[in-house]
Amino acid sequence: MTRLASGGSRIDRGATVRFTFDGREMGGLRGDTLASALLADGVRGAWRSIYHGRPRGIVGIGPEDPCALVQVTHDGISEPMLRATEVELVEGLAVASLAGRGRLVPDSAPPHRDKRHVHCDVLVIGGGAAGCAAASAAAAGGARVILAERTPVLAAEVAPAEELQVLTRTAAVGAYDDGYVVLAQRDRLWHVRARRVILASGAVERTVAFAGNDRPGVMLASAAAAYVERYAVAPGSTAVLFAADDSGHAAAEVLERAGVGIAAVADARDGAVVCGTEGGDALSAARIRSGGDVWSVPCDLLLVAGGWNPSLELWTQAQGTLRWDEARAAFLPDEAPDRWTVVGAANGTRDPATGVAEGAAAGAAAAEASGFPAGPNGHVPPATAGTGRPPLALFAVEPEEGEGWDGHYLDLQRDATVADLHQAVGAGLRSPEHVKRFTTIGTANDQGRTSGVLTLGVLAGLLGAEMGSVHPTTHRPPAVPVPFSLLAGRDRGVLSDPVRTTAIHSWHEAHGAIFEDVGQWKRPWYYPRGDEDMDAAVLRECRAAREGVAMMDASTLGKIDVQGPDAAEFLNRLYTGDFAKLGTDRCKYGILCTADGMLFDDGVHMRVADDRYLVTTTTGNAAAVLDWFEEWLQTEWPELRVHCTSVTEQWATVAVVGPRSRDVLAALAPELDVSAERFRFMDIRDADVAGMRARVARISFSGELAYEINVPAWEGLAMWEAVWAAGEPHGITPYGTETMHVLRAEKGYVIVGQETDGTVTPQDAGLAWMIAKGKHDFVGKRSHRRIDAMREDRKQLVALLPEERLPEGAQLVLEEGGPMVGHVTSSYDSAALGRPFCLALLAGGRGRNGETVLVPLIDRVVRAEVADPVLYDPEGARRDGA
Amino acid sequence: MLRIPCPYCGPRDETEFHYGGQAHIPYPADPDALDDAAWAEYLFVRDNPKGPWAERWSHSGGCRRWFNVIRDTATHKVISSYEAGEPRP
Repeated sequence: MTRLASGGSRIDRGATVRFTFDGREMGGLRGDTLASALLADGVRGAWRSIYHGRPRGIVGIGPEDPCALVQVTHDGISEPMLRATEVELVEGLAVASLAGRGRLVPDSAPPHRDKRHVHCDVLVIGGGAAGCAAASAAAAGGARVILAERTPVLAAEVAPAEELQVLTRTAAVGAYDDGYVVLAQRDRLWHVRARRVILASGAVERTVAFAGNDRPGVMLASAAAAYVERYAVAPGSTAVLFAADDSGHAAAEVLERAGVGIAAVADARDGAVVCGTEGGDALSAARIRSGGDVWSVPCDLLLVAGGWNPSLELWTQAQGTLRWDEARAAFLPDEAPDRWTVVGAANGTRDPATGVAEGAAAGAAAAEASGFPAGPNGHVPPATAGTGRPPLALFAVEPEEGEGWDGHYLDLQRDATVADLHQAVGAGLRSPEHVKRFTTIGTANDQGRTSGVLTLGVLAGLLGAEMGSVHPTTHRPPAVPVPFSLLAGRDRGVLSDPVRTTAIHSWHEAHGAIFEDVGQWKRPWYYPRGDEDMDAAVLRECRAAREGVAMMDASTLGKIDVQGPDAAEFLNRLYTGDFAKLGTDRCKYGILCTADGMLFDDGVHMRVADDRYLVTTTTGNAAAVLDWFEEWLQTEWPELRVHCTSVTEQWATVAVVGPRSRDVLAALAPELDVSAERFRFMDIRDADVAGMRARVARISFSGELAYEINVPAWEGLAMWEAVWAAGEPHGITPYGTETMHVLRAEKGYVIVGQETDGTVTPQDAGLAWMIAKGKHDFVGKRSHRRIDAMREDRKQLVALLPEERLPEGAQLVLEEGGPMVGHVTSSYDSAALGRPFCLALLAGGRGRNGETVLVPLIDRVVRAEVADPVLYDPEGARRDGA
Repeated sequence: MLRIPCPYCGPRDETEFHYGGQAHIPYPADPDALDDAAWAEYLFVRDNPKGPWAERWSHSGGCRRWFNVIRDTATHKVISSYEAGEPRP
């Protein structure tokens, strides 16, 4: 085993932690990551790559690692696609290696995750030395400061302060406008609005493209050194260093002090490179080229120090810009986003002391900008040019004689090589954004941390372009992968969306209703008896409504109380009909169009006083219609004296439908004259019904004699039960939305959103009769005169009489193989007609009465006859009762 | 996420608001007097500038009032807000 005898700043040697990896029992130490424990156990090439099936091992030490993906199960919760480098070892972890692709476990227990929304004066992202200095300085004067660090450990001391909140194990994943940053803690998602943001996210070492650079044992030099320092794990026994940057030599020294032999050093600045590797599942030698010679050096660890990429994902998400710095061979921050400052290695500052001074100064300045006294801040020493040699911008190493570029890996997680990049450029792609999509480089869950700049460098070389002219691709949230369960938090299951039920819901449940979701509402769909299926129940319910009496809970219809001296004028400007002429205690059907003339909503509206209407909307559109009213009132017609109030939930509505409905109402309201002459169609009566004060309207959505009894919601259930009892001698039958749909379709009544889809005018829907002739204007009127709205071949509402029941959405053609000329919008079996029928939108449909259209289904073609949409009782004889 | 200054409530998160497209496109005084092209201009044609532009927002999760915002479409920076009906500053 390779655990070193001493050292390891993060481990507790007294505490062994047991876990399994691919079924094998293993042990690590408290403080280990999964990656450090695996390396300590000698695990090397445990992974296979997603496309090429090549052995892969641990490359890095954080979210940049492209290979070591694992599925982790603990406490019944199974999470796919975690990075071994970031999983903290805990007792009983069951780990499986993944070949680049995870799998959701449907029966995994749901993790308990939550969200917080907070404000702060200064948010510091990154708890390295610079970030800790920034947080200390910012918090010293009393400012509210949040310090977010991705790992469990801060790199430095932070001076305690009352308003300082330190969040470890917390990665910043998204940066948005105006100082809005989303942080992902393990089980909590933080939405932070900060006055100032200090980015101290550090830098990530990059690799170099050479043949076989993906072989297990090839590691980032800084990562190998950090495994020694933090976990006392030497990732090998004999190492070769391949460096283009001084940092590689420092890393090699760390390893050497830990007893790792340094077999060779190839510094590209001296003309020596690693041009290949040897070995099977693990590295056995590095091939070094210098001058004209190539030779093999046996080793089990190859340290690659290809230079440093400042971690600026969040910077660019927040719309900060980048520039290529030739001297530092890196993309550095250029123009800062509003409210943002960047410090330390993320700013390209390599000297730690300078980074700390930058952090302290930025923290003090951010506190001051938020209105707090600056604490003792650091003095920024003049930037040191660096004592060492400048890095070399080295991206790819020429292959050996006779070899190609197909083993030079750029993106190890996507198995994309320099050869793939050659192909992309050969296909004519130039922009890095296009190359990214063609090669998929940078699209895996490491977000191109090791591959992005490397790919740009190789691309610039292929195009013969300056590095500064090739711009990095846009970073998008999340900067590190976030589980959906964290984004969802508690908004799952019953809490994912409010459930709305009517005052009568408990009765529906008790009587076996099957429910349908209509928007957020639960509405009874049908009430099966015995072992009835839906078709049988609906046929029975329809017969009851047509032949006897039936009842429905209509409480979910949207209701808007429109009041004010200009209420009539207001409705006249929006609805197609004339509501000024409507008498008090009368109702009228109204349709609403958008300005482009398309049907938007409909409903029956009651005029309950000279200056007051009760407007109803479709169940799903209640909020949208109220918004529509407010928008026109506030932005176009502020002079109108009108107030609109939603009263959907204040009223319960019981619809009593069918030829016997008058008898039921008469029994319930003996003082009400229910005769056809005194209580006419579309009349409203305030009456005492079953001892409750009710507003009764003679409205029909079925063509039958029908009444809607409205009571305050708290009396809804009592009214429903009273109607149920009074209707019992007549065999009153409760019915749901499906029967309602059949009854209205038999009469050719449209349902907004079913027959219409935002491209249907009232004329298309056969509702031209609803448009008042005398009105100068209403919203949408002018659009009905557009050439397009007057085309005779527009899709128009028709009924179809098909040979068999058709699926809704079925397409219509005039001849086999011909173009689509329409589609089925509603399709039912009709008890009254004794056959299946449909409503459909058909091009030039009104001129095709009696013609036959074809309905091609997957395995057959069904013929259907076109008919007028009103199939049942076209004379309207049943409206006053049979 | 934008921070939008509601003229009535003060600065609030974008999630409290509902977007309403370009501001200062009044409903024509006499739609019937417009030919098809002019009416189509009102219905369908909107500016799409890079830089400051005036747009409508409704504080739908707050006071439910409509107002206008000047926002830079390139940087997302909200420059000012003002009540519906006021001229563009």
